[in-house]
Amino acid sequence: MKIRLLPRITRWHPIATTLILAGTLAAIARFTYGLGATTNLSDEFPWGLWIGFDFLGIGLAASGFTIVAAVHLFHAKEYEPIVRPAILTAFIGYMLVVLVLILDLGRPDHFWHPLVMWNPHSVMCEISWCLMLYTSVLSLEFAPIVLERFNILWPIKWIHAISLPLMIFGVLLSTLHQSSFGSLYLIVPNRLHALWYTPLLPVLFFISCLASGISMILLESLVFSRGGRDLLPTRLRANLAKVIAVILALYFVVRVENLLARGAWHELTTVTYFSLAFYAEMLIGFVIPFGLLVVERVRNSRRGLYAATLMVVVGFALNRMNTAITGLESYPAQTYFPSLIEIFIMLGITALGFSAFSFVVKHLPIFEPVVATPRVRQVAVTARPEPVFLTRHGGDLESS
Amino acid sequence: MLIDLTLCVGCNVCQGACKEENQLPPGEEKYLSLTAYTALSKYNDLYIRRMCQHCDVPTCVSVCPVAALSKADAGPVAYDGEKCIGCRYCLQACPYHVPKYEWSSTKPRIQKCKFCAPRLAKGLQPACAEACPTGATIFGERDELLLEAARRVSAEPTKYVPRIYGKDDVGGTSMLYLSPVPFEQLGFDARLGKIPMPMLTMSALSKVPNVLSVGGVMLGGIWWITNRRTEVAAFEASEQKGETPRPEDKP
Repeated sequence: MKIRLLPRITRWHPIATTLILAGTLAAIARFTYGLGATTNLSDEFPWGLWIGFDFLGIGLAASGFTIVAAVHLFHAKEYEPIVRPAILTAFIGYMLVVLVLILDLGRPDHFWHPLVMWNPHSVMCEISWCLMLYTSVLSLEFAPIVLERFNILWPIKWIHAISLPLMIFGVLLSTLHQSSFGSLYLIVPNRLHALWYTPLLPVLFFISCLASGISMILLESLVFSRGGRDLLPTRLRANLAKVIAVILALYFVVRVENLLARGAWHELTTVTYFSLAFYAEMLIGFVIPFGLLVVERVRNSRRGLYAATLMVVVGFALNRMNTAITGLESYPAQTYFPSLIEIFIMLGITALGFSAFSFVVKHLPIFEPVVATPRVRQVAVTARPEPVFLTRHGGDLESS
Repeated sequence: MLIDLTLCVGCNVCQGACKEENQLPPGEEKYLSLTAYTALSKYNDLYIRRMCQHCDVPTCVSVCPVAALSKADAGPVAYDGEKCIGCRYCLQACPYHVPKYEWSSTKPRIQKCKFCAPRLAKGLQPACAEACPTGATIFGERDELLLEAARRVSAEPTKYVPRIYGKDDVGGTSMLYLSPVPFEQLGFDARLGKIPMPMLTMSALSKVPNVLSVGGVMLGGIWWITNRRTEVAAFEASEQKGETPRPEDKP
């Protein structure tokens, strides 16, 4: 395989500036002329590229809750160096998605309505609540990094005091809305193509976001370690890669079993637009990276990991875009291709995200060894243990 | 309303009356649009009138995040443009592709048949039912219309297919149809079952409280166990080094 070792995009600044400017102009056009004149959306195809982008942004930001859960809830402390990049990725990802959602709404001036007008039967209502709450949780998780930089330490104590319930709440909210993006489509069994529609959509969305989130953070740790030291030792990177492989296998088994059970595999026996799209996402995003990641040499090599995790992310993007666009082109039979303005807004927002990421990385201690932060929960080495525990373990130690 | 396709002659008076009632620009339209809340489409020699089905368990009402759509006891599914945020989930989810969106507006709303709610409130019939010259559309209580439809089918079983469309399709609709040919030949989606569509998402949404409570306890428990394990490991390590002798060891 001839992949150039971690290619660097040159002239990033002019490219990003152009994209952001073009996106801003496109957004102005969207607000001035309305959705009809500027997008290719229609009554038959009311959701398009932007919804797909939302799925993508949220899914790739899943590292925010998986890594936090692993390090802070499951105490896998050795992964501490990637907690901050993960939180930053999630924070920026969610901000971008909120931005796109507001652009996508027909009445952006009404975006606050879900706060006061509830409908508990609506998946969309649940998602908007989860998004709002989780973005707040992420802001609180991210705030200490900013406050630390400006040496304002007193709020950090408060945030650390509530950090445990906050993190648990964040993980739960993520579990809910990552899967709920799949639930959105449960109500269109007649519209979504059988290769994507299944009652298991929420479960599949959740499983795949775990893989894509971890892949994204591995990818970042590889890209940003080029300067000098590695963010994670090879052994830990390989461990994460193993986790990804297990998740990919789980996803593949659940998805294929479900296709067989529902009889939808018949769609795969003929070569159609839909079956090709399905094969593309499954091969690129799941089968090939799994094949790569089960090989120990690939897990231990930077180039191999780079290729495999990039494939997971691309395949994940295909999966979400297929669910949001391709699968819905089957009924009523139609084609949708985003307009230039839709594309420019999406590219502009993506560029904004990358620029924000590199800006924050430059000015805040994200990829640096963890500086001494005020910690409420210090591991109490000399704490007095309970008597029961002491005698039992003391005895064990003596006997061994 | 009961719509008997065998009686419809395709005169389009219903659409005219609807447009007049809703102050829409006149002119014959073949498909539902922003300016046609009802439309006749032709299948061979049959005309079928489309409009909002005003479902008993409406999909659009269930998906709307801000409850801009609501189902009244009297039947109409009403829309409040002041609440609407424009997420267009109703357009995506409606099994009958009914809501139409004001795409060209910068403050867009959806448009669809209102079941002439203001007229119903005054004790009048919907404009289309009142205008229908052949009795193809009749208005009444749903129970009575179902009895009437069943009576017609059993009186002339050769004339009708033995099915009242809307009796329990997607959980039942306010619009009931009788047809001489199978409904699938008239552009009705054969894949819609009898279960109300909102049940499909409710099966997922109903698990939300469980995920929150069970998940919360489980994560808290895992944190406690792994935290304890770290503490124990740290204590044992310190003990092995002999850095911190147990207080009890001291005489």
